[in-house]
Amino acid sequence: MNKHLIAFGRIIRTGFVYFGRNAWLAIAAIAIMVITLTIILFSIIANATFSNTIAQITDKIDISVYLKDDVTEAQAQEFVAEITKQPQVSDVQYLDKSDALRAFIEQNANNENLLAAVNETDNPLPATIRIKPITLNEMPAIRDFVTQEKWQNLQSDPVSDNGERRQTIDKITHATNILREAGLVAVIVFAVISVVIIFNTIQMAIFNRRDELQIMRLLGATTSYIRGPFVVETIIYGVISAIASIFIINALFVTASSSLQATSLGLLDISYSQQFFQGHYWQLLWMQLTLGILIGAASSVIATRRYLKFKTSKK
Amino acid sequence: MSQMILLDRVTKTYNKNLGSALDRVSLHIEPKEFVIVVGQSGAGKSTLLKLLTREERPTSGKIIVGGIDYDKLSDKKIPLLRRRIGTVFQDFKLLPNRTVFENVAFALEIVGASTKEINNTVPRVLDIVNLKDKAKRMPIELSGGERQRVAIARAIVRQPKILIADEPTGNLDPKHAWDVIRILEKINRYGTTVLLTTHNQDIVNRLKRRVVTIEGGRIVSDRANADYDNTSGKKAK
Repeated sequence: MNKHLIAFGRIIRTGFVYFGRNAWLAIAAIAIMVITLTIILFSIIANATFSNTIAQITDKIDISVYLKDDVTEAQAQEFVAEITKQPQVSDVQYLDKSDALRAFIEQNANNENLLAAVNETDNPLPATIRIKPITLNEMPAIRDFVTQEKWQNLQSDPVSDNGERRQTIDKITHATNILREAGLVAVIVFAVISVVIIFNTIQMAIFNRRDELQIMRLLGATTSYIRGPFVVETIIYGVISAIASIFIINALFVTASSSLQATSLGLLDISYSQQFFQGHYWQLLWMQLTLGILIGAASSVIATRRYLKFKTSKK
Repeated sequence: MSQMILLDRVTKTYNKNLGSALDRVSLHIEPKEFVIVVGQSGAGKSTLLKLLTREERPTSGKIIVGGIDYDKLSDKKIPLLRRRIGTVFQDFKLLPNRTVFENVAFALEIVGASTKEINNTVPRVLDIVNLKDKAKRMPIELSGGERQRVAIARAIVRQPKILIADEPTGNLDPKHAWDVIRILEKINRYGTTVLLTTHNQDIVNRLKRRVVTIEGGRIVSDRANADYDNTSGKKAK
């Protein structure tokens, strides 16, 4: 058999032996890794949920432009086309008089008096252009555009937006953004702390075995042959921790949806979170595995480096 | 390739204030020689051996072993050099978590020997050092002499052309010390160059081999078939 293959097999096997031998180190390192990976996973889901909340809120905002009854179809289409060209605009919807009436009736399906009143007259509603901005902050710019003199004389009524809701929506968006940023900072801080702790835990274990490493060195073992098993051992920690973090988050959702009986906690829309988690289950698992393996392997490579150096000084 | 050991004006200074551990040492050892290096503690014997295994680098001077010039030896090649030299350490340096068999097998594992080869060779070598029945013991369960013999088995299992033994009898009673020496002689008869350090007078006197005496980092005598000179090594008895 190929010598490299034999060596590779031995490195893997020895890695598992080390793993079995160092139960306490394994427990300590895995515990820290599980916490880190769980926090990272949690914050990714929370971030997606906040983004979704903001998107949903933004979706409820639109600007309505009302056209005079004598505006021709061609004029209306030209106006719509101009609005669509604006960079701040995400969607434009044109409702002619009958569309507008249908929409009005739908919206007020419960208000029978109003519907009766509408039915008695000729269609009183103007043709309407509904504009959705890309973000809330684009609203004034769009408003400015449609109220230019050029377009003003096509309009029957002043432009309206959901202005009365805007302040509340602004506050929610602002709060959500702060939560996202705070979450991101927390994740970075936790990730750094735990990498340091994992690194130290592994370094301590390797310190205990430094004589062994040096003996192997003196007998002519190559760097990869000595280091390999440690890397395999810490990769096993990473894999176990990644799987554990997925289980923990999964358990959290089960608890949240069954015992709390809640679909949202303030800004955190739990049902969306759960949907996101389940929808991206495999991507998240792979991401966790990659992170766990990287953190584990990097820690052991760095921690073993000191004991594998050859003397280069002539002093 | 020649298995000659050559040191040319080798100086090793660990700390300038303390003087040199080795001072312009030149030594030439032919293949298949059996050389004993004697000298008191701190004379520079261990430094000499550490230079040969490239554990330390000389401050100045040239070392060539088996055609390898140590100045031109890259870090990557150091493991390959060490595989060609069998080393027996005074403090044994056995892997504590491995059995006797595994300790000896380790030397073969790192050179990529097959499992079959290991299972064939290790028992034979353990037989040479009389430890066949203790293959499954852990180092901690063995006596000093037994541990030293494990270390020798590990050093010879790769059939090196050069064997370096640093005070292999230092921690042993006379009977076990002689067991060890006889094994070294046997290996030497099979064609391995042996470099042995000791301060055991009895061993030196009875071996009647080339004796290099180091004192204060310098070679003060180098004689064939010599006796141990207990006073200073300046003259033979």
